[in-house]
Amino acid sequence: MTADEPLVKIRGLRFFRSGRMIFDGVDIDIPRGQVSAIMGPSGTGKTTLLKLIGGQLRPAEGQILVDGEDVAELNNSDLYRLRTRMGMLFQSGALLTDLTVFENVAYPLREHASLPESLLRKLVLLKLEAVGLRGARALMPAELSGGMARRVALARAMALDPMMIMYDEPFAGQDPISMGVLVDLIRALNDAARLTSIIVSHDVKEAAGIADVIYVLAQGKVMEAGPPEQLLKSEQEWTRQFMHGHADGPVHFHYPAAALEEDLLHG
Amino acid sequence: MDALARLGRVGIDFLENLGRAHLLLWAMLRGVDDLMRRPRLLVEQIHSVGVLTVLIIAVAGTFVGMVLALQGYYILTQFAAEQMLGVMVAASLVRELGPVVAALLFAGRAGSALTAEIGLMKATEQLAGLEMMAVDPVKRVLTPRFFAGLISVPLLGAMFSALGVLGGFLVGAGLLGVDAAGYWSVMQTRIDFYGDLVNGGIKSVVFGVACTWIALYQGYEADPTSEGVGRATTRTVVHSSLAVLGLDFILTALMFGE
Repeated sequence: MTADEPLVKIRGLRFFRSGRMIFDGVDIDIPRGQVSAIMGPSGTGKTTLLKLIGGQLRPAEGQILVDGEDVAELNNSDLYRLRTRMGMLFQSGALLTDLTVFENVAYPLREHASLPESLLRKLVLLKLEAVGLRGARALMPAELSGGMARRVALARAMALDPMMIMYDEPFAGQDPISMGVLVDLIRALNDAARLTSIIVSHDVKEAAGIADVIYVLAQGKVMEAGPPEQLLKSEQEWTRQFMHGHADGPVHFHYPAAALEEDLLHG
Repeated sequence: MDALARLGRVGIDFLENLGRAHLLLWAMLRGVDDLMRRPRLLVEQIHSVGVLTVLIIAVAGTFVGMVLALQGYYILTQFAAEQMLGVMVAASLVRELGPVVAALLFAGRAGSALTAEIGLMKATEQLAGLEMMAVDPVKRVLTPRFFAGLISVPLLGAMFSALGVLGGFLVGAGLLGVDAAGYWSVMQTRIDFYGDLVNGGIKSVVFGVACTWIALYQGYEADPTSEGVGRATTRTVVHSSLAVLGLDFILTALMFGE
C-alpha cells in the first residue's frame, strides 16, 4: 500500500434500491489527505454512497476498496474493525439522546478502548475543545442547536482518531454562522489531523470552497470530476447547470407531463 | 386471479416477517455474552421497562382481586361455600389473570414505549450511528431490553397476583365478613405449588418473551418516519395482546386440559 494509492477506490459500482437503479457503473478515487466532495442533486444516492463505503449496504456489482480492503467481502468482525478507523457525521448528528454531550463523545472510547477514567476525560475534553464546545459538555443533545449537535457529532466521529471522516450533508439547514464554522472546522481538522475527508453535499459554494476534488453525480453516473475551479468553468451543460444553479437546462424545470393545453381541455 | 395473487402476497409477507423476526431473536440471543460483561445495561433496562410499570400493575392487581372477591362471594354464598373465597381468588389470579392481565398491561405501558424508542432511534439515525461507530445496535440496544422484558414480566405477573390476593382478602374479610383465618388456610391447602404457581410462572415467561420480542421487532422494522413509528406502536399493542390471548389458550389447554 503506497501513500499515493487512493484511500477509497470504487470501481464499476452498481446498486439498486427497490428495483430502481441508483448507481450504474460508478468509478471514484478518494485521494489520501484531501477533502473530496461528492455532489449532485437530491435523490442521486449521495448518502447511499457513504453507506456503501461504510459497509452498511452492499453493492450489486463492483468493488469498494477502503485502504485496500474490499468492504463488501469483509466478515462482520473485520468490518467492525475497519469501521473503528472511519468516522461518519450523519445529517441529524445521530447523537444518543439519553447521554450528555460528554458521554456521547466518550461513547466510542468506552466501547473500543479501555482507558483509565482520568485519561478518557482529558481526551474527550480535547476533542470537544477542537470543535469549540468544551463548555457544553454537561448539556443533553436536546438542548443543542442543529449546528452544535453536528459539532458534537464531529468530535465523537474523531474520538478514535480515524483515518477518514465521511460527512453527510454537513451544511444542510445551517444558518450562515454555523455554516461558516463547519466549513472552517472540516478543513482545519482534515489538515491538522492528517485525515481524509469525504463530503456529500449539494451546497455548491461551501463544498467548492473547501474541496480539493469534486465528483458530480447524476443519473447513476459520475458526470464530471476534477478540482472545483475546473468544474466551475466546465463546458459540459449538465455540470454548468448544477454548479451555477440554473433553473432550466438538461434537468428540466417541468416534471414530465402531457402538453398543458391537452391537460386543461380534457380535464 | 387478482384475489388469489393478493392472498399469496399476504402469505409471503407474513412468512417473510416471521423469518426476519426469528433472525432478530437469534441475533438478540447471541448478544447474551456481551450482556454478561455489561450488567449495568440490563439493570437500567429493568428499571425502565419493569420498575416503571410497577405502579399500574399494583393498582390493577389490587382492584382485580377486590372485584374477584365481590363477584366470587356472591356465587359462593349461594352454595354456602364462602370459606372457599380465598382459593377462588388465588387460583383465578395465579393461573390466569395474573400472567395475562400483567402481560397485557406490560404491552400497553412498556411494549409500546420500547417500539417508539427503537423506532425513533432508527428514524434519527442513532442505530446507523452506532453501526458506524463499530457498535452492534442489536447487541447494545436490543438485547438488554429483551432480557429486561423477559425478567420483568414474570415478576410483574407475580406481583399482580400477590396484590390481587391481598385485595381479595381486604374485601372478603373486611367488607363481606368472610373468616380471615379460613381465607388463608383453605388457600394454603388447596393451591398447588406445581399445578398452579409453576404453571402460572411458565405462562408469564412465555408472555414476557412474546411481548418484548414483538415490541422490539416492530420498532426495529418500523418505517423511519413519524407515521411509521406511530403505526409500529399500534401494531405492537395489537399483536402483543392477540399473541398473549392466543398463547394463553394453548398453554391453558396443555397445562390444565383433560
